[in-house]
Amino acid sequence: MGDWIEIGSVDKIPHLGARVVHIDGRVIALFRTANDEIFALRDRCPHKEGPLSQGIVHGKRVTCPLHNLVLDLTNGKAVPPDVGCVPAYPVKVKEGSVWITLQGATIPE
Amino acid sequence: MKEKLVLVGNGMAGVRTLEELLKITPDLYDITVFGSEPYGNYNRILLSPVLAGEKDVGDIMLNDEKWYQENNIKLHTSKEVVEIDRHNRKVIAQDGTTAEYDRLLLATGSNSIILPIPGNDLRGVVTFRNIRDVRAMLEISGKKKQALVIGGGLLGLEAAYALKQQGMFVTVVHLMDSLMERQLDPEASSMLKKTLENRGIQFLMETSTEAFLGEDEVWGARFKSGLEMAADLVVMAVGIRPNKDLAQKARIYCERGIVVNDTMQTFDGRIYAVGECVQHKDQVYGLVAPLFEQAKVCANHLAQLGFAYYKGSVTFSKLKVTGVELFSTGDFMGDETTENIIMKDVGRGVYKKIVLKENRIHGAVIFGDTVDGSWYYQLLRDRTDISGFREQLLYGQSHLGDSGHGGASSAAEMADDVEVCGCNGVCKGDIIKAITSKGLFTLDDVRDHTKASSSCGSCTGLVEQILAFTLGGDYSEAPKAKPLCKCTDYTHEEIRQTIKNQRLMSIRSVMDYLEYRTPDGCHVCRPAINYYLISSWPGEVTDEPQSRFINERAHANIQKDGTYSVIPRVWGGLITPGELRAIADAAEKFQVSTIKITGGQRIGLYGLKKNELPSIWADLNQKGMSSGYAYGKSLRTVKTCVGKEWCRFGTQDSTSMGVKLEKLTWGSWMPHKFKMAVSGCPRNCAEATIKDFGVVAVESGWELHIGGNGGVKVRPTELLCKVTTEQEVIEHCCAFIQLYRENAHYMERTAPWIERVGVAHVKNLLVEDAKNRQALANRFLNSQKFSQKDPWAERIGEAGFEKHEFAPLEVTLTHG
Repeated sequence: MGDWIEIGSVDKIPHLGARVVHIDGRVIALFRTANDEIFALRDRCPHKEGPLSQGIVHGKRVTCPLHNLVLDLTNGKAVPPDVGCVPAYPVKVKEGSVWITLQGATIPE
Repeated sequence: MKEKLVLVGNGMAGVRTLEELLKITPDLYDITVFGSEPYGNYNRILLSPVLAGEKDVGDIMLNDEKWYQENNIKLHTSKEVVEIDRHNRKVIAQDGTTAEYDRLLLATGSNSIILPIPGNDLRGVVTFRNIRDVRAMLEISGKKKQALVIGGGLLGLEAAYALKQQGMFVTVVHLMDSLMERQLDPEASSMLKKTLENRGIQFLMETSTEAFLGEDEVWGARFKSGLEMAADLVVMAVGIRPNKDLAQKARIYCERGIVVNDTMQTFDGRIYAVGECVQHKDQVYGLVAPLFEQAKVCANHLAQLGFAYYKGSVTFSKLKVTGVELFSTGDFMGDETTENIIMKDVGRGVYKKIVLKENRIHGAVIFGDTVDGSWYYQLLRDRTDISGFREQLLYGQSHLGDSGHGGASSAAEMADDVEVCGCNGVCKGDIIKAITSKGLFTLDDVRDHTKASSSCGSCTGLVEQILAFTLGGDYSEAPKAKPLCKCTDYTHEEIRQTIKNQRLMSIRSVMDYLEYRTPDGCHVCRPAINYYLISSWPGEVTDEPQSRFINERAHANIQKDGTYSVIPRVWGGLITPGELRAIADAAEKFQVSTIKITGGQRIGLYGLKKNELPSIWADLNQKGMSSGYAYGKSLRTVKTCVGKEWCRFGTQDSTSMGVKLEKLTWGSWMPHKFKMAVSGCPRNCAEATIKDFGVVAVESGWELHIGGNGGVKVRPTELLCKVTTEQEVIEHCCAFIQLYRENAHYMERTAPWIERVGVAHVKNLLVEDAKNRQALANRFLNSQKFSQKDPWAERIGEAGFEKHEFAPLEVTLTHG
């Protein structure tokens, strides 16, 4: 695995919500589910580039705020029948702190 | 060990039941399916286009063999089940194959009626029921010319049209004196006959067939009149009959069909039945919509949920003949207790008849211009009181300035490349392709797959028309009691009632109580439940920001590039130099790229980054300006004209009335956005008659208007009442808003809400019943105590709410 970057405490991200983080010129949305799982997606909807971080989080999914495309947080793929995908990045939580690596995105950027 | 479920009948109703079941519980049963045809499940409705050469068999497959494999379903094709051994709980097929069951589902469909006359078994005499029939017809039509169709009903006419398309000379023989007499009144029927004759189909009416002639192969037919006619192909389309033989043999109680109860169970509790073979409350259905409703109920019980009931269906018919538009539903003949509204325009080829009973639609038949068919069908099913718009009824829902689809009202005449959905750029051809290639049946399916009609909804009538046209009479519309969303089977109303009755105080408790299918809902239901909670328990529940759409969470309107707009409240459209200066200063300081006078008499600043919002709000707040809620499902603006103070025509002080109403009602969360206006005289410069609540001043007082809309679908208001004092205006306004807040579904504007419940209902509760009006107004004023807090003021400065909403996470890069 590549370099891991520490983002900070899980509690900075609201339950069923998201925060944005800027890394290396990329805008990345970090999502937190009801069960405290954390996921990271490129903050740009494959449909019309809407900011996914502003969407409603439900289950392991987020709905884009612009036109309601639904994306799977685990792999960045649109939930059928919608199509499209965004890069999803590996994330881990260690001692209450969130870490991300930009290597190993689900699709090439 | 899993329980065993056996399905007998590999057709649309049975397989749909399996699909519904797998959606709820994928692993409950070991499933075995028997089908007498050699294929997977195909779309029987689309056989006529296959016969007409517009599609081929591959196009109409719904579930291929792969689907059965993927779902671990054991499929026996070409195996007809001939016996049910109820004692040992197993079924036996003709070739000896057996399968044991714990639950058995019968979906044996129906058989074409075969005329009991000599020659009915000759080669070239066929029915019109399955792929084999279609193949037989196509083979003959490729070589020979003369076709005879027995039966002038829906199926017979579709077959006739299709064979004509294949280049045959077609004669339709009908026993009665008018075509489709069960679906059409004589007027529409004769227009239909004329149209089909113009297309070269001949008719022999009031004619009964005596024999088909031929040795081995048919060459003609003889009628009771003595007339003989040459025929190379005879299609018997005189009707269908529920296929109950298997059930009857197993001594399961049958009448015309296999008798089932409201949970789709036969008299043997382990054996269920759905589809055309079924008789429910004396009704037998031959259209797809009711079968799918039955499938849903049956699956609910097979999945051991056990709360769904089948209550019977209202159906409508449509003919799948290209360019012939025909629609009928309900009791369109009427009797001495009904009234008819009729329009006939022979030149345009349009005929409409609506049968009314007690101000409700009882039936309808339309020829020529069927765009409003689905609207009438909806009004009929919902038992909507139409007295409020009776005079417009015949002209249809679409006659009032709809925007977004070029004013088109007839899908059949549109070319494939014409745009139907202006919001999402979807053409007619795209929709048809999706319906046929992906096997779609409902409006929701089409919305999911194509996005057509999923934004503003103005093209919904057209999309429904395309669906109905592509699938014929058989398309299933969402049932009347539509669930809130896909996470639950409960409706808006049921959820709101449960919240009240059970005193539920959080979204979590609502989902737990109602046994939600998803872990925490979706973007459709969470905002709705949040609204029902805060409107039911003002001051008692905590608003959940993560269940609000971003605009209401950030208190600003998200724009297409992810920036936001800021629109301060401008009370009644009156503004001061100080406020103008504050806006100008803020615009310069934050380098706002666009400043726009909005449609609601305010000033909008566009292109702000999210993290700038609290600071610009702070600046505006300091100069006395507050959030205009231009982003919310709440009061937007109160538009006013200058009124008596300046205008030589003004009769009352409309601006101060506007300011008073705005001060009173801002901040209240509602099912959808809410706009008001106050005009100082009937010239109505504030356009009050297209607002949710419009006030028009007259010399003797104020007229109050409700339920208007100037958006996608222009709808003028209806008059609520006339009052004389300012206090009365205020009380009616508060009471109306509260009734809307308590009654309408989330995301329902006042216009469709009033169309749904009827203006008479609103008048009864607000005008006739003064006590109720006061009670509503008081409840509104009470809830306002908790809602009138400026969200800008709450979110600025060091101690502001929800700081995390407005700032990105900071991260120091430490990697190499």
